[in-house]
Amino acid sequence: MFGYILRRLLIAIPVLFGVTVINFIIMRMAPGNPIDMLVSPKLPDAAREAKAIELGLNDPVYLQYWNWLKNLVMHGDLGYSMYTSEPVVSMILERMGPTLILMGTALVLGLLIAIPLGILSATKQYSKLDYIFVTGSFLGISIPNFFLGLILVYVFAVQLSWLPSGGMKEVGGDGGFGTLLVHMILPIIVLVANVAGRNIRYVRSSMLEILGQDYLRTARAKGLKELFVVNRHALRNALIPIVTIIGLEIPILFGGAVVIEQIFSWPGIGQLTLSSIMNRDYSTLMGLNLVAAFVVIAANILTDIVYAFVDPRIRKSYVGGAK
Amino acid sequence: MSLFKRYFNKKKYDAEHTVTWSEDMPSKGLFLKRFKRHKLAVIGFFYLAIILLCAIFAPLLAPYNPNEITDAFGEGPSMAHWLGTDDIGRDILSRVLYAARVSLSVGVGAVAIAAAIGAVLGLIAGYFGGIIDGIIMRITDVFMSFPYIMFILVVASIVGPGLTNIIIILGVLGWPGIARLVRGNVLAIKQSDYVKAGIALGYSTPRILFKHILPNTIAPILIYATSGVAGAILDEAALSFLGLGVQPPDASWGNMLSSAQSITILTDQPWLWIPPGIFILLTVLSINYIGDALRDALDPRNVK
Repeated sequence: MFGYILRRLLIAIPVLFGVTVINFIIMRMAPGNPIDMLVSPKLPDAAREAKAIELGLNDPVYLQYWNWLKNLVMHGDLGYSMYTSEPVVSMILERMGPTLILMGTALVLGLLIAIPLGILSATKQYSKLDYIFVTGSFLGISIPNFFLGLILVYVFAVQLSWLPSGGMKEVGGDGGFGTLLVHMILPIIVLVANVAGRNIRYVRSSMLEILGQDYLRTARAKGLKELFVVNRHALRNALIPIVTIIGLEIPILFGGAVVIEQIFSWPGIGQLTLSSIMNRDYSTLMGLNLVAAFVVIAANILTDIVYAFVDPRIRKSYVGGAK
Repeated sequence: MSLFKRYFNKKKYDAEHTVTWSEDMPSKGLFLKRFKRHKLAVIGFFYLAIILLCAIFAPLLAPYNPNEITDAFGEGPSMAHWLGTDDIGRDILSRVLYAARVSLSVGVGAVAIAAAIGAVLGLIAGYFGGIIDGIIMRITDVFMSFPYIMFILVVASIVGPGLTNIIIILGVLGWPGIARLVRGNVLAIKQSDYVKAGIALGYSTPRILFKHILPNTIAPILIYATSGVAGAILDEAALSFLGLGVQPPDASWGNMLSSAQSITILTDQPWLWIPPGIFILLTVLSINYIGDALRDALDPRNVK
């Protein structure tokens, strides 16, 4: 098992390295000279030149990349924002919390809805219930999340005034747990509709595949109750591929954050991304992309490890030296 | 299904699990019979056909020029303007019709580019294997590690907005999924007798790749591409909504919705943002239903 984890981590290194290279190349393609953002254009050319040399902007690109990478690996330093001059790391850390609260809740709730509905849908295939769930699932993946968000704001915040239309707390309020919860309801509904929509059909088809297996026919032939067959024999096997979902959902949720946080003025990573784009703050963007990619890769590795734990076939193949 | 197996041990995993789609491809009649069983997909197909006609004949159908300023400012739906007008007096119905052109061309254009790049790289990786395969697959891993929308936003902000750029960006960043899919299929097809026969007959490698292997991976590519079209339409709408896609005064369903970020339009002028939203929803829904029916109708494992 240890060997498996180690191997898995080692393979992630070249991928992460590739991520930094692509990231760096894209940011270097950005129009405009970064020096214009850092020092006033009114300064004499010589002073600007001196500043550029001091910052290493005149070095060859590979050397710039090397210095950037060295700072990142040695000091965990992602440089300074070109717009606010704050350290990029602290800007990202500050925004990470709100995004993780939103994404984490949406992921958990979405799966808590998708798994039972998907199973119910599969066991009652072609029934009215199945039809309703599958249609709901199609709606969930087809509705643009910003449109659903706007409708919810229109109905619940504007027309009914039941819920706040955005933010994490009232203006000037200190924001307790209750206020946070109230502010989370609308964005969470949008995200959960997406997560559940994507996964109901996935769970359903994974369950249907299992339900057609011979060992379930055997279980039924033994005279076991249908409920027992489904819960004990089918469900356990169907849940194994479902573990993979979590790894696949995280990059999608991270991307969705940009739109959701914009609509609901949620002060997270997505909003920081969008404001950095508007301000052409490339050093912050580079940090954001890197952190996001890191989270995605880490989530994938974690999923695989959990997967290996729950699936005895994989666990066996990695224990005892066998590759 | 383990990501690990899927990403890094592809060879063993794919060869075991990939069904060779080329064998027992359903006949045309059987295909139509299976497809028609999905009533919603058939409805979706007709809806899309109508939208396509509307997009093509927009200049004839639209009651006004989409950028023309009429004398009604911010008025609700009426006989003269069926879907009302916006704050500077442009007819919403005309704009929605013209915007259908944007959505459909982004959907088809982006997926065509992604499929071309993905198919070629997937063919090469799957057929030659070894180091070439390793390099191509590591590159797809790198591309897939970025959260898609975030990555697109950053690239769009650097390349600059606009319809052509959006199509190219979505196409150029959308290939890794197709490359993986094609590669998996090539690994299975490579073992088949007719490919071995082609090699034995001394056919050139490009001929084997493009004339013998590629046609047999068309079905899975088609299914994947259908959901890709739906995804590209949603991505364009999201980009335009955020102001990084199609730029005003050109109409796109996404940038028409973007005006609803102002609370007065959201509250007092729902005719400005509800119609484009409904059109995106119905179009994407139709494409997803069609994709689902195609999967059912083309799947060789389907015995019904």
